[in-house]
Amino acid sequence: MAQTETPRLSSYRHRLPVRISHWVNAACLLILLMSGLQIFNAHSALYWGAASDFDAPWLSIGAVRGTDGLQGRTEILGHRLDTSGFLGTSGDATNPERRAFPAWLTIPGPRWLAMGRRWHFFFAWVLVINAMLYLIWSSASGHLRELTPTRRDWRGFGRSLLDHLLLRHPSGSAATRYNILQKLAYLTVIFGLGTLIVLTGLCMSPRMDTVLQPLLELFGGRQSARSLHFLAAMGFVLFVAVHLFEVIVTGPWNNLRSMITGRYDYRADPPPQQQFKREETDAEP
Amino acid sequence: MPNPERRRLVKSLLILGGAALGGCDRLSRSDRFVRFLESAEHLNGTLQPALTGPGALAREYTAADISPVFRANGQTDPDNPAYRQLAQNRFADYQLQIGGLVNKPQRLSLAELRALPARTQITRHDCVEGWSAIGQWTGARLGPLLERVQPQPNARYVVFHCADLWGRAQTPYYESIGMEDAHHPQTLLAYDLNGTPLPIANGAPLRLRVERQLGYKMAKYIMAIELVESFAQIQGGKGGYWEDRGYEWYAGI
Repeated sequence: MAQTETPRLSSYRHRLPVRISHWVNAACLLILLMSGLQIFNAHSALYWGAASDFDAPWLSIGAVRGTDGLQGRTEILGHRLDTSGFLGTSGDATNPERRAFPAWLTIPGPRWLAMGRRWHFFFAWVLVINAMLYLIWSSASGHLRELTPTRRDWRGFGRSLLDHLLLRHPSGSAATRYNILQKLAYLTVIFGLGTLIVLTGLCMSPRMDTVLQPLLELFGGRQSARSLHFLAAMGFVLFVAVHLFEVIVTGPWNNLRSMITGRYDYRADPPPQQQFKREETDAEP
Repeated sequence: MPNPERRRLVKSLLILGGAALGGCDRLSRSDRFVRFLESAEHLNGTLQPALTGPGALAREYTAADISPVFRANGQTDPDNPAYRQLAQNRFADYQLQIGGLVNKPQRLSLAELRALPARTQITRHDCVEGWSAIGQWTGARLGPLLERVQPQPNARYVVFHCADLWGRAQTPYYESIGMEDAHHPQTLLAYDLNGTPLPIANGAPLRLRVERQLGYKMAKYIMAIELVESFAQIQGGKGGYWEDRGYEWYAGI
């Protein structure tokens, strides 16, 4: 590529507060997911409405005794799947354990609801406090503006989507700024999924429900809130999967280092025969 | 990136991840770390009541919302000879004992309990496991009953001693609540479920309803009520059967 001839440059891509909150988030999300699956395992079925209609969960993970021993069975929206070894039954293949999510996906590993709750509620606070500090800093420092899509971003939406699907990624100085899909993904996760998961979590508390009635109503009742909480967690899993994929395909070392030290290496933009207009608002310090 | 390097990265990440997860289980067994995690529970137990206020009512539902079957959890038929005998007689000989830090200890029969100021409410029961059921409860309000026995000024907790025996040691179930919850208008000693006498599976003849907390607080098969200043000397000292086994005393979440 022609770019190899342009000089190597280095930019300070992520400021310290972003880096700290990123890693606190990463740890919290992992712990909350795994302790959340431990809590889910205590009653591995999800319902819609205020109360549980035990005959009609929309998702249930269990085990049945079949002709060849214990089988994991997942039922989702009326579809019955054999998920032996992963969901419903897992562990030792000859003598599997009956549990919804396997031990390697839960905190703690063994069935231990009380301890799972301890981890979950502690790190829920860490996540919420971290999010608050991040939002305060982002609004004050102008970081939130960097995440706000510009009109120019919107015009490039289709092209950016196509580029992402074809694994063509921004290079040169464009790689030091958030692109439209990144902006939308981060804003959706922070304000959409983040808000949803905190509020549905709060709505599962019988004490908080005394004052959160309208919100609980909006979610469709306590069991709906539990379902939405689970789905929001799966939304986070999806986000993290895509995020890690993008980190790997756009240069894992460089990306990882920029989230640790802040420094990101890139190649200078090609000389002006290919006109590239810079937008003032997009300039990174 | 060269392949060996990538393999090394993946391998070290897996090892690191494995160590971190093994570490979670080790940390879960460390008293100091568990106390550290518990700090969040103290925060919840302070902040939630402060935010919602002492008198906030749990939502009450309509008859149409009542669950067709009210799921019974924990023990459903206590294997306790004294209890069995009472049950055989349809609890005609049952007497609730109220004592501890009170000026007027009492023994009340079911008929006497039914004559006390009562309340009927259709509420949602949330189990710590995650499921919910809606039922209509009728029972004696705990607040007026406490006024009758005249708690002493140093009484801070109401402890419920139950007939269901647990584990190899045959430990009786017990629970405790604070005075704020005890005087809450929806806190009942329930004797009816959905308009009929409480079934044995759901805690006959008497079970607690503390609607703003999780199911394990709502002790079934109540035999005696004791007012205490501290529950540190009762069984495991954490204020309840499940609390002694790691669950939170404040079960509002």
